[in-house]
Amino acid sequence: MSAGTVPLPYDRAAIGAALGGDWEETLLAAHHWMTLARELDSRMLGLQRQGRIGFYGPATGQEAVSVAAGLASRAEDWVVPGLREQLVALVRGHSLTRYMHHLFANDRDPARGRQMPCHPSAREVKYVSMSSVVGTQITHAVGLAYGLKLHKESGVALAFFGDGATSGNDFHAGLNFAAVLSLPVLFCLTNNQWAISLPVERQTHVKELAQKAAAYGIASRRVDGTDFVACYSSFTQGLEAIRTAPGPLLCEFTLFRMTPHSSSDDPSRYQAPSWMPQALAHDPVLRLEELLTRHGLLSESAQRSMKEEAARLVKEAIAEAEAVGPPAPDSLLTDVRASGPRPEGPGPEVP
Amino acid sequence: MTELTLVQAINRGLQQAMHDDADVVMLGEDIGLNGGVFRATDGLQKEFGAERVIDTPLSETGIVGTAVGMALYGLKPVPEIQFQDFIYPAFDQIVSEVAKFRYRSGGQYPCHLVIRSPYGGGVKGGLYHSQSAEAYFAHTAGLKVVIPSTPADAKGLLLSSIYDEDPVLFFEPKRIYRAVSGEVPDGDHRVPLGVAKVVREGTDLSLFAYGAMVHPALQAAETLASDGPSVEVVDLRTLSPLDEKAVLASVEKTGRAVIVHEAPRFCGYGAELAALFAEKALFSLKAPVARVTGYDTPFPYALEHLYLPNAARIVAAVRTTMAAG
Repeated sequence: MSAGTVPLPYDRAAIGAALGGDWEETLLAAHHWMTLARELDSRMLGLQRQGRIGFYGPATGQEAVSVAAGLASRAEDWVVPGLREQLVALVRGHSLTRYMHHLFANDRDPARGRQMPCHPSAREVKYVSMSSVVGTQITHAVGLAYGLKLHKESGVALAFFGDGATSGNDFHAGLNFAAVLSLPVLFCLTNNQWAISLPVERQTHVKELAQKAAAYGIASRRVDGTDFVACYSSFTQGLEAIRTAPGPLLCEFTLFRMTPHSSSDDPSRYQAPSWMPQALAHDPVLRLEELLTRHGLLSESAQRSMKEEAARLVKEAIAEAEAVGPPAPDSLLTDVRASGPRPEGPGPEVP
Repeated sequence: MTELTLVQAINRGLQQAMHDDADVVMLGEDIGLNGGVFRATDGLQKEFGAERVIDTPLSETGIVGTAVGMALYGLKPVPEIQFQDFIYPAFDQIVSEVAKFRYRSGGQYPCHLVIRSPYGGGVKGGLYHSQSAEAYFAHTAGLKVVIPSTPADAKGLLLSSIYDEDPVLFFEPKRIYRAVSGEVPDGDHRVPLGVAKVVREGTDLSLFAYGAMVHPALQAAETLASDGPSVEVVDLRTLSPLDEKAVLASVEKTGRAVIVHEAPRFCGYGAELAALFAEKALFSLKAPVARVTGYDTPFPYALEHLYLPNAARIVAAVRTTMAAG
C-alpha cells in the first residue's frame, strides 16, 4: 500500500451490510481478479512496446467497477461493453487463454484476428462484440433488454460507456428509448474524467453526469468507482431493483484514468502533473488491499503469492497464445455474410 | 392469388411473418396506431399488439440501434425508417455495427434484421422525401440490399429477407406503392434473394433497372418493339449481392447495355454494373455502355419530372446505343 492511499471507510459491520453474509469471500474474489487485471495491463502494455502485440487499451484504475459488475451480475444478464470492460468478460467466465489469443490476433482468436486487441467477443458469457465507435453500443443494450422483456426473462442488459459517450447521439437515444419503453437496462457510466485529451469539465456543463438521467425520467446515483464495496453494492441493488420493477437505472462511477488512453497516447501533452498523485491516491486495488489488510484478511505472504499466481497465469497464457500463428488467409473472406457469393480475395498463392 | 397494390403486398408479407413467427417485431415512427405514413403497417398493431408493433420516439439511430440489440438477442426485428432520406442518422449504426457484427465477432454475433424504407422520387417530395440512397449501402460489405418492383416480388422478397440470416436493407419504391398492382400468391410466398429476373426477353440490347425504374424501362422496350430493336429488360431485384451471372448472361447475349436508375450518376449503382461489363464482358460489347440516371444535383422539387428518368429518355439512350454499334 502507498502512504497516500485514501482508505475505504468501512468497518466489518458496514462491509457485511453492503456485501451480504459471504462478504469475506466476495472481497477475496475481487482481490484475485483485480490483481490479475493489474498484472495483465502491465504485461500487455510491455508486450505492445516490444512489438509483440499491436495495440493495448489498459483499464488500470477501473478494476473495481468491472470486477463488481462481473461478480454481481447473473448468467442471464447481458454485458454490452464500452472501451475498458474486458475484465467483466473474464470474471463472468471467458477464459484468459481465449482472451490472450484475441490480444495476439492469432488463429485461435474467436474473432479470427479481425479486431484490434481489447475488442473481444465472448458470447458464452453474453459479452457483446464491440466496435471502436464511441456510444453506438448504448442502444444495443436497449434492444437486448427488449428481447429479455418480450420473452419474460429476468435478465438485465448492462450498458457500459464513458464520459465522452454522454455527448453523442446514442446516449440520448438509448436513455430515451429505455425509459419510454420501460426496459431492464442498467446504464453504467464509467466517468474516468478523460476522453483521450478532453477533461470531463469540457465534455459537459453539468456538475455531475448522473444529472443527465433526470432529463429522461431515469433514476440515477453517483458511486465512487474506486471503492469496490460501493461498486458491488450498487450493482447488486441496481440489478435487483430492475428485476423487481423493469425500467432503466443509471449509475455514474467516478474514476481516475491511471494510464494513457491507449498504447498510442501520450498524456504529458495534456494532463497536469497533479493528476497522477490524485489518481494514485484512489487506486482501487490499493484501496481494497488496505481494507483487506486492516481487517486481517490479507497477509503480506498471501498478497505476494496472489501476485505470483497472477504473473504465472498471465505468463502461461502469453506463452500459449504467442506460439499460435496468424489467422489463416482464408479467414479474410469468411463471416462477411451468412449466404451469397464468396467475396473475391487474394487466393491461396498470396505471399 | 389476390390482386394487391405494392404497398398492400408489403403489408400482407409483414402480416404473414408476424403470424408465423412470434419473434418478428416491428419498430418505427407512426407505424402502430397510425399504420405508417404510407399505411404499409396498417392494422398490424391491432392484430399483433403494441409489444410487437412498436411506435418509437423520433430517432433513426435509436430505431436501428435498438433493432440491432433485438437481433443480437435473437429476435427478428423489422425496423422502418419512414423515408429513406431520414436514414442518415442511423448510417453509423448500419455501416459500423449492423454490417460488421458477424465479421468482427468471428460469427458469434450475427446481426440479422430487415430495415424497411420507402425510397425514390415522383411523389412531389422535394429533396428530403425523394432520394435514392442505395449505393451507399451496396458499397458496404456485410449488408444485403433488396429493391422490389412488383407486388408479388415485394411480398416474396420481403419474406425471404425476414427469414434470411443476414442484415437486409429493403427499399420500397414509394412512387409505385399504389400505382402498380398485380396478382400476389397467398401465404408464405418467398422469392429468393440474389436472383435477378429477365422481365422481358430481347436480343439486341439489355436494359438493367430496379424498383420503380423497371416500369419506364418496360415502357421503353414496348415503344421500341414495333419498329426498333428487340430490347431485354432485367430487373435486378437484389443489388447486393448482385446476380452477376444473370446480368453477364444478358449482356453477352445482346452485346449492348443501358443502365437505368433514379440516383445520381456519379458513383451510382450503374457505375458498378458498367465496371463489371468492362471487366468481364468487354469483348461481348458492340457499343459503349450507357446510363440513364438522375442528375448530379440534389433532388429537385418543382422540376422533378426533368430529373427522373422516364421512358422517353430511355428510348433515346437505346437509340443512341444502337447507332453507336
